[in-house]
Amino acid sequence: MSDPKNHENHKNPFVAWVNGETFRKEEEKKAAEKKKKVKKEVDISVHHDRFHKIYKPVCVVLCCAFIALLIFVCIKTPPFGITDAPTNNEVAQKYIEEGLEDTGATNIVAGMILDYRAFDTLGESSVLFTAVMAVIILLKKDEDRKKEMTEKQKQIEARQQKEEELNDRHRDVILKKTSGIIAPFILMFGIYVVLNGHISPGGGFSGGAIIGAGLILISQAFGSKQTKKFFNFKVFTIITSGALLSYAALKTYSFYTGSHHMETGVPHGIPGAILSSGFILPLNIFVGLIVACTMFGFYSLFSKGEI
Amino acid sequence: MDFFLNHFYEIASMILFGVGFMGLLLHNNLIKKAVGLNIMDTAIYLFLAQRGFITGRVAPIMGSNLEASVEEYVNPIPAGLVLTGIVVSVSVTAFFLALIQMLHKKYHTLNLDEILLKAKQEKEKKKALEESEDA
Repeated sequence: MSDPKNHENHKNPFVAWVNGETFRKEEEKKAAEKKKKVKKEVDISVHHDRFHKIYKPVCVVLCCAFIALLIFVCIKTPPFGITDAPTNNEVAQKYIEEGLEDTGATNIVAGMILDYRAFDTLGESSVLFTAVMAVIILLKKDEDRKKEMTEKQKQIEARQQKEEELNDRHRDVILKKTSGIIAPFILMFGIYVVLNGHISPGGGFSGGAIIGAGLILISQAFGSKQTKKFFNFKVFTIITSGALLSYAALKTYSFYTGSHHMETGVPHGIPGAILSSGFILPLNIFVGLIVACTMFGFYSLFSKGEI
Repeated sequence: MDFFLNHFYEIASMILFGVGFMGLLLHNNLIKKAVGLNIMDTAIYLFLAQRGFITGRVAPIMGSNLEASVEEYVNPIPAGLVLTGIVVSVSVTAFFLALIQMLHKKYHTLNLDEILLKAKQEKEKKKALEESEDA
């Protein structure tokens, strides 16, 4: 009970409702007014176009025809699960037979996407990075955007901030306790999946998503102030751009050594050990960092408008 | 009948794709449109994954047996393609939702028709203002 005044304010409407039901009636009146307004607007939009009457049946017919066409095309494809389908050609054969020798990874998919096709993965990471940048441009609250706000928006903002403060004070105890126990294990499992990407199922993308989910759980349970202590916008920028740049730096060697059977100079090690398979382990770590930061960044940008 | 059993997953993915497309076309709610787009993505993953599968073989991860032969593992290439697809769909969805949030902040509705109507009215108001200023 650090702040008794605030606590009273929070309870007042409830007390009023219990005593005389004044609060409820006002709320109902407001809601009824709002409903009236909305109804009027919808009426205009319905009368707006005769086009909508034809639109829905035409859409359904077109989509059914589309599905029928797609299924008709399926007749020409080879059946499910056969050995000599044209997709199982010499490319897949080369990846499976020589993948271990070339990349040193026992997980052939990891060897494929982080060694043979590492540029593709670099492109994927940059797509994620670009998406986060676009979301930051659209949603991040900064000084310039605060100047542009109208007074109504400012009022709404202030109300939201008050609500958040109240939420911070009355956080759910069950969520807090359980996530205090579970969250470290989630983060540890994510790190395990990232580090074992080349010898077991998993890798940078899945492990990064697990770490991001753990961070989201922590920020839900303990409030964004707690996560801000170790993860603010500066850290986010440094980690994402740093990881992307180091990924690009590690992979530029193939420009100089030729594209086929790239000799890195890094030993492949014993297959199955954690420190093996050349550059795949550091590349997995970089991808995991980018994905974890991106996931958590999306969450905090959408919920609070800041990282 | 044989055809349906042989192409079960393909037909399922095609129907899913059509359902997602129908959601994109028919719903006025922008969030539901985003959901439809994601259903279409899922249909593509299903299609790619079933293309790579071969009956009786396991995922291409070597255990103790390091002497690899093609007869043991399924095709690894569709797995990589699905990974690319998932990443791109996550990014597109995030961008889409951010745009929707901006629209909701400005027009206070998620209904696409209402948003278009309001934008039109705003444009007409601006035009009328400009004309009155000119006069």
